[in-house]
Amino acid sequence: MIPEIGTGALLVALTLALYGAVVAAIGARQRRPALVESAQHAALGVFVLLTGALLLLIYAFLTFDFSVRYVANNTNLGTPFYYRITAVWGALEGSIVLWAWMLGLYTLLVVLRHRTSARELYPWVLTVMLSVAAFFLLVMTLPAPVFARITPIPADGRGLNPLLEDSGMITHPVALYLGFTGFTVPFAFAVAALVTGRISDFWITTTRRWTIVAWYFLSLGLLIGGWWSYHVLGWGGYWAWDPVENAAFMPWLTATALLHSVMVQERRRMLRLWNLALVVLTFSLTLFGTFLTRSGVIASVHAFTQGAIGVFFLSFLALVVLIALGLIAWRWDTLGAQGELDSVISRESAFLLNNVMLVAATFTVFFGTVFPLLAEAVRGEKISVGAPFFNQVNVPLFLSLIFLMGVGPLIAWRRASPDNLKRNFLWPVVIGLVSATVLRLAGIGSTLVAISLALTVFVAATIAVDVVRATRARRAMGERVLPALGGLLLRHNRRYGGFVVHLAVLVVAVGVIGSQTWSVHTETTLKRGEQAELGGYQIRFDGLRESQESNHGKVTGTFTVVNGKAAGTVLEPAKKFYPQEQSPIAYVDYRLGFIDDIYLVLGDFARDGTSVTVKIQVNRMVSWIWLGGVVLTLGTVLSVLPERRKAA
Amino acid sequence: MKPKFIIGGAVIALALGYMIWAGITQSAVYFVTPSELSAAPVSGKAYRLGGLVVPGTLKWEPKTIDLAFSLSDGKSTIPVRHKGTAPDLFGEGRGAVVEGQWTREGYFKATLILAKHSEEYQAPHPTKDGKDAPPPKRILETLEKSPR
Repeated sequence: MIPEIGTGALLVALTLALYGAVVAAIGARQRRPALVESAQHAALGVFVLLTGALLLLIYAFLTFDFSVRYVANNTNLGTPFYYRITAVWGALEGSIVLWAWMLGLYTLLVVLRHRTSARELYPWVLTVMLSVAAFFLLVMTLPAPVFARITPIPADGRGLNPLLEDSGMITHPVALYLGFTGFTVPFAFAVAALVTGRISDFWITTTRRWTIVAWYFLSLGLLIGGWWSYHVLGWGGYWAWDPVENAAFMPWLTATALLHSVMVQERRRMLRLWNLALVVLTFSLTLFGTFLTRSGVIASVHAFTQGAIGVFFLSFLALVVLIALGLIAWRWDTLGAQGELDSVISRESAFLLNNVMLVAATFTVFFGTVFPLLAEAVRGEKISVGAPFFNQVNVPLFLSLIFLMGVGPLIAWRRASPDNLKRNFLWPVVIGLVSATVLRLAGIGSTLVAISLALTVFVAATIAVDVVRATRARRAMGERVLPALGGLLLRHNRRYGGFVVHLAVLVVAVGVIGSQTWSVHTETTLKRGEQAELGGYQIRFDGLRESQESNHGKVTGTFTVVNGKAAGTVLEPAKKFYPQEQSPIAYVDYRLGFIDDIYLVLGDFARDGTSVTVKIQVNRMVSWIWLGGVVLTLGTVLSVLPERRKAA
Repeated sequence: MKPKFIIGGAVIALALGYMIWAGITQSAVYFVTPSELSAAPVSGKAYRLGGLVVPGTLKWEPKTIDLAFSLSDGKSTIPVRHKGTAPDLFGEGRGAVVEGQWTREGYFKATLILAKHSEEYQAPHPTKDGKDAPPPKRILETLEKSPR
């Protein structure tokens, strides 16, 4: 009975979403507030029904309702309570439910926030958001029915993919989907602006916070994905340029470009068309990403093979792009810039260059991701484009972006005078050059590494110059150092929130550069009591034991890690044997550190337990990447706080 | 102002185009089957070779961490060698993709092994004759018997 209620709820939600979308549009055209209000109720109804459907699905998982195919395929009697909840979105159908639910949530928040503040645009925003929701509800009804029954009812389910039994499974998809779905809001506002012809700069200032929030969650989703990859997959890396990672990275790149180009429009009334294009591109890329991962055109941990769903997503993507291009063409005449670029040495120019670099990186990633598909379709050749390609092309782009990150916030608008340049950049450039020389002479890495690190030092120095100068100005007005600094952050929270986010990017960048440069690894076979040596650490193999867990068996190796000093750390990497799997799954054990992570993967073992083959890695600076996520959170919170500058 | 933009844009587009073209030609790896590779082996060139791990060919030498096995597509068989343990999903009679080079000595030197996911996660079928009891049990049993 429960599954039928779920299916019914989704059907009613689909009807309501379609009704609301149409009625809001009619209400907007005929200026009938009653109709818009009715659409609002429909949006509320959609959210309530989706919440109900999600709860029913969770209930089906918690009660082991194996009559539901999706439950039977993704859980079994041994799946622990916690993972039965995360299993809800562990595969295709459920992930679409979660996605649609979040979209419903965003729609509701838009209703709450903008129903009085953006009167002209608001009905159209509702139309767009409810249409997108209707599409996802349609997917849930036709190609991916989540509550479909299975006969005969199996006695036990297949169980969850063991790789997904991890705490990252609750945070990673949630953050990522909050990011993906969040970009529907700026897209809806962009379409509304085009439809109503109110292409003034209002829509873009209104959506700034929405874009930041979506961008933040997407960033967080990417970082948590890296963390999952690092501590679950056992290869010691956090980013593989896997098509699925790329699918989430592309909208991140264009959204990052958008966050910057929006400032140019706000300040200089330029780049209107460009910003519209970026919004449409970002939203389309989220759909494209879903198409890539959900259609089965590529094979990956994330790719749940399903036939018809790819066609659905591709058609919807085509529709979105066509409508957006049509609207832009229709309003073409009104999209001209009012401002002009006065000089190449100016802030708008730096931002423009930043945008070009980010879009170029997007294109590179897109090309590398789809090239194998195209080559196979056109020439019948199977080609793989791996990390070397992406690194080779993107490293120069990212290094220029880091450089621009130092230039952009400090250089003057319109035209930077030599005096402005000297005042802002003399010290950072000197510090950057000195650190490049020192790093190179210290022989700490290649020239490229020295340059990369020196660039991050340069950017950090520009931030320091700005903060020190602004604090001094406040000190001159009689404030003390700490209140001056605090006041600066809080009163100019938008600017300094941005700086903190930049710092976060620097911290992540140092983590990436450091881990790529200084990590070491080895693989060796050890007898009991024997020890291996790597990167100043001694790793001793102490023994092997087996145990039976709730839904799997486990063989655990015990290792003691010592680095000459204090008592050793005991690490226990294992192999897990799931009855539903044909082969064991490695369970990594590690000790994280500010500089060094010790990371052990059990490779193979003698059946009598006397010897093991173990992969040992000393990964350096990786923790900085996760630390960057924390700093990023602080910066984002600071920059979306209400601005208090007017009070000053 | 305008011509400057066009020239600047063209320069950037050309540079990017060149980087992508150079990148693809240098680092794209061709996927071949054992028959395709044995038909025209070029030593020193990077390939991805995909096939089935031939049962009975898998040899693992823990002391030197040398792994050897053969990949077959039913027509041709290619010997493969690798330094290090195989990934989790790897095994005899299953699909695998290896990345590496063909050597003059007549074997494929793999630097990377990608075990193929059987896309659907399936519970093993209940054993009819008890012959293929799930491997974990067996391993656990042998461990239990071994002197600690």
